[in-house]
Amino acid sequence: MGLLTLIVLLPLLGFVLNGLLGNRLGKGFVTAVGCGMPAIAFAVTIKCFLDLQGGGWAPIAETAYVWTMVGQDSFEVAFWFDRLTAVMALIVTGVGTLIHVYSTGYMHEDKSYARYFAYLNLFLFFMLLLVLGKSLLVLFVGWEGVGLASYLLIGFWFGDMEKAAAGKKAFIVNRIGDAGFLLGMFVIYSAVGTLDMPRINQAFTGGAVPAVSASLVGLLLFIGATGKSAQIPLYVWLPDAMAGPTPVSALIHAATMVTAGVYLVARMSGIYLNAPEASTVITAVGALTALMAATIALAQDDIKKVLAYSTVSQLGFMFVALGVGAYGVAVFHVYTHAFFKACLFLGAGSVIHAMSGEQDIKKMGGLAKKIPITFFTFALATAAIAGIPPLAGFFSKDEILWYALASDRGGSWLLLAVMASTALLTAFYMFRLLWLTFFGKPRMLKDVEHHIHESPPSMTGVLVVLALLSAVGGFLSIPHFLEPMLALPGVKPGMDAFHYFVVGGSIAIALVGLAGAAFFFGGEALPAARIKASFAGLYRVLNNKYYVDEFYDRAINRPLLWISDAVFLKVGDRLLVDGTLNGLAALAQRAAGRLSRVQTGSLHKYAFMVLAGMVASLVWMWRNG
Amino acid sequence: MDKVQMLQVLAASLFALGLTGVIIRRNVLVMLMCMELMLNGVNLSLATFAHTLGSAVGAVLVFLIFVVAAAEIAIAIPVVLLLVRRKRTLDIESYSDLKG
Repeated sequence: MGLLTLIVLLPLLGFVLNGLLGNRLGKGFVTAVGCGMPAIAFAVTIKCFLDLQGGGWAPIAETAYVWTMVGQDSFEVAFWFDRLTAVMALIVTGVGTLIHVYSTGYMHEDKSYARYFAYLNLFLFFMLLLVLGKSLLVLFVGWEGVGLASYLLIGFWFGDMEKAAAGKKAFIVNRIGDAGFLLGMFVIYSAVGTLDMPRINQAFTGGAVPAVSASLVGLLLFIGATGKSAQIPLYVWLPDAMAGPTPVSALIHAATMVTAGVYLVARMSGIYLNAPEASTVITAVGALTALMAATIALAQDDIKKVLAYSTVSQLGFMFVALGVGAYGVAVFHVYTHAFFKACLFLGAGSVIHAMSGEQDIKKMGGLAKKIPITFFTFALATAAIAGIPPLAGFFSKDEILWYALASDRGGSWLLLAVMASTALLTAFYMFRLLWLTFFGKPRMLKDVEHHIHESPPSMTGVLVVLALLSAVGGFLSIPHFLEPMLALPGVKPGMDAFHYFVVGGSIAIALVGLAGAAFFFGGEALPAARIKASFAGLYRVLNNKYYVDEFYDRAINRPLLWISDAVFLKVGDRLLVDGTLNGLAALAQRAAGRLSRVQTGSLHKYAFMVLAGMVASLVWMWRNG
Repeated sequence: MDKVQMLQVLAASLFALGLTGVIIRRNVLVMLMCMELMLNGVNLSLATFAHTLGSAVGAVLVFLIFVVAAAEIAIAIPVVLLLVRRKRTLDIESYSDLKG
């Protein structure tokens, strides 16, 4: 068995062990298996990375199993390890391991401890299948699998109807995207004759371009990406997904799974390089999503909801980078985002832990002194996402802004303006969150205040590691590392002069956001209250998330329910299907009732009928034959 | 009317007699006997034709009918016996439990 297969199978082993034996063998066993398997997988991934380096960066391919043969095409469970996979696999196993460790503290009191770790390992298995798969088919299996794991973990506390419904919503919304993905795969297979991603890229970038519109394929795959990566119009599931345990939000709904769409587009860049229309759509959707989610995040009061919308917004940034052809930059943002967003979510988890389950930031305040480690790490990650140099977020966001302006594949001043204002909003709402949570007067109940305590070392240790990574992670230039594989787009002529303008602008934006938040929410937060009062209508719209959920409910859910009930159930099922069956049964019954009168039980009559029949047939034969 | 014709008329009369018996008599045993009569009418007809045409096929068919008739009566008599035990009568009209 090759090393790549081993990476994938280790978490699966963890899932099986914890799922089958976890409840019997106790928490020590569950912790050892649950954290051990990802840690070993991380070590093996590093080994593979060193092998990759040793082999002069030639991709490592490995076939684990030949699934089936159709004619000349074989469908294999094959793995592929190149620079892009290496970055993704290291993020998934590395951040994954940290979050498993954090979970041992966070979920310590939960009675379904073993089930939790089993699900988490299952998620890692599918996620690794997704990033390591060589063909779209394997990627798709992983893609569906992470959806399943996400569903299981969002609805982890399924006793609460609201949480179970959130899980269902995530699953169903993702299915809509998956339909597009599947169609894309069909089109690719019928046009190129293979699902192997390296070969597809080759086919589209090589001399003989396949007889299919690259934009069509690109758009279909992008529909899949909008589902998984929470872009307009399919982003609605992600904020609700916060119903799951907080470490799950950090791992699945911030750091890894939701970036699968970004990975898919970057991996299939050969298609998108030849699909300017699809790339334009990606840019537009990404920019709109980023701006819209950022405005919603301004008016949310649930600490996890703010972070959820900020995740949607940051994913929008990544898609803008993909749209303008800067695939390496998008992966760079995936990488830095994984650190600071995981740190933020885990910090939020630590806050919620300290607040005895309270998530409303209106009822927090003044926590900085009481839980100092959480505060420092949270503040650092906030500064990182806001883009304050030299933290990780600054580098990746700055590069996205730069290519939004200067890329010769769709950069423009308008795009820069949208992204820059989104960056400003990001800095503003993140510092607002920081202020309302950690500064000012405590606003919680006396009972809760009494119980506030710093989290155990298993949690704070992870926070510190992630905060350090968010601080220094940006110095590793991922776009440069990926450049031999994912070339950066050209710069429009005459734009070089503006490079320092963008850098300076992005620093200024972050600081203005910080200052704005300090001004509005510092002290008693009076200016904020005044603004809120004078723009009450706007605030209500933002607080209710532009009423998108309500709109979907009116426009899609209710018509669907009505059609299901009035047409499919009442007409289709009851009238047509049941009616036909009941009608046939009644007909048979009535006919049998009539015909049974022939059965008189008198043998004489039967014999007479036989005679009559014989005579009749003889007569008929005589006349006709 | 030559001999063959007379034999055929006799065979047809036997068959008709048997059929009439099956249709109008109520005693099960008599009905069975009438059925034998019908079979033998057919047998006679077959034997006559076999003789006329000088072919063995008709004669073979007669033997087949003998065998079938023997088998049939071997089943029919026990059935009648069981019916009589249950109903204490040979009247066919009282065996009508399965009427619709």
